[in-house]
Amino acid sequence: MIQKLIMYFQFPFVRYALIVGVLIALCSSLLGVTLVLKRYSFIGDGLSHVAFGAMAVAAVMRFASTTVVVLPVTVICAILLLRRGQNAKIHGDAAIAMLSVSALAFGYMLMNVFSASSNVSGDVCSTLFGSTSILTLSKTDVWLCAVLAVVMLALFVLLFNRIFAVTFDETFAKAIGINADRYNLIIAIMIAVIIVLAMNLVGSLLISALVIFPALSAMRLYRSFLKVTVCSGILSVLCALAGILISILAGTPVGSTIVAADAVVFLICCVLKRIGVGTE
Amino acid sequence: MALITADHLKLGYDSQIVASDLSFTVEEGDYLCIIGENGSGKTTLMKALLGLHKPLEGSLEFAEDMDQNEIGYLPQQTVIQSDFPASVREIVLSGCQGHWRNRFFYSAEDRATAKRYIEQVGITDLADKYYSDLSGGQKQRVLLARALCAAVKVLLLDEPIAGLDPSASENMYRVIKELNGAGMTIIMISHDLTSALKDANKVLHIGETNYFGTVSEYLKVRTEDLGGAK
Repeated sequence: MIQKLIMYFQFPFVRYALIVGVLIALCSSLLGVTLVLKRYSFIGDGLSHVAFGAMAVAAVMRFASTTVVVLPVTVICAILLLRRGQNAKIHGDAAIAMLSVSALAFGYMLMNVFSASSNVSGDVCSTLFGSTSILTLSKTDVWLCAVLAVVMLALFVLLFNRIFAVTFDETFAKAIGINADRYNLIIAIMIAVIIVLAMNLVGSLLISALVIFPALSAMRLYRSFLKVTVCSGILSVLCALAGILISILAGTPVGSTIVAADAVVFLICCVLKRIGVGTE
Repeated sequence: MALITADHLKLGYDSQIVASDLSFTVEEGDYLCIIGENGSGKTTLMKALLGLHKPLEGSLEFAEDMDQNEIGYLPQQTVIQSDFPASVREIVLSGCQGHWRNRFFYSAEDRATAKRYIEQVGITDLADKYYSDLSGGQKQRVLLARALCAAVKVLLLDEPIAGLDPSASENMYRVIKELNGAGMTIIMISHDLTSALKDANKVLHIGETNYFGTVSEYLKVRTEDLGGAK
């Protein structure tokens, strides 16, 4: 088994996949707490479908690096959705649902009509479930992912206290002069970037799991914002590592293996909470 | 000069007016109690004082040496999700962010401030506990300590005893009175007339007819009104 792993790690693309995978898992877990508690998870879900549509367009137009197209489109949608939510006469949920299913439909249609390869359903499947995409990333994508992930991490650490204040009590934050709208916008943009990154790892349908599971697991075990965030990062990295290694050894799809690991960890955390471990 | 001067304020949303013709002043060291029925515009007035709501008409002026962001604010507890993962220290410290200018991390001074107010509201033994584990009265004190970290001169309290049991309420009033005694200006929104007016020196009654004046005058006017009604 060890020998098999060593053999695989002689390929540079496997090493890249592992490094990028871990970085993506780390930064996707950090905003999870904010997302869950601010009831933003539905935005995350909608955006992942938008990203799928954009990905389809990029693939049809044969861009060398799809991230270059998907990223700006998703960020713009995030800003639009947030703006909408703030002065919503029509309920935001409906707008997001419409946007996300349209993106899915148009994306799938485009992929079928202008198919760039002979294996359409394979392409769709890997975009939705990320079956092998982490191993087939171009070198540009790998660098882009790594740089963006590091930028997201740095930004998160820098804004950690502000994010706490705005998430915990937005009205109070505004009252003491924190520009909460600006931070909400930054959070939405960060979510968009993270979704595009995570799409490479687990595909667009499973992104929410990658973002939300580690935070929910950590919230079973810890009860301070800092500890929950750190624990959620660690759990996410461990699950990504385990998922990637298992998928190499067992030949399972990378994305779903990682998410399965996240789900198992969540169940373990629930049990641990039930029997009173980790209540400090 | 008065810290806060409101002159013929009219508050509302779009075409709906919730309160009009509000005039009052808050001097340094005052303990102002704002009372009124549900829907009379107390909460809107509070938002206007915090700069979250723009008055439709009238003016709201602050003393020159005072910034609107320097009002410490104690919200109604129901606003905050009780299962939020946060330690007492994290919450109290977050009040210090009001004084930040291009800063992103807490300074030693911030930590000292937080510690001082944690002691002042009497929750030193809870400093390392978690918000979700606390009782209603304890949570309220944590939020009070956070408000104090943000407050420079004025503390704005929105129904501070809503949902508290009698002994917790009494404790809360005692802490507020002590703060007022130490020089903090207090503006309190309340339902609970009798005990709220015990410590206050001024009253603003919002309703069909607004009243602003000292507590003793207000009580006299009110008894006369009641006497007339009988």
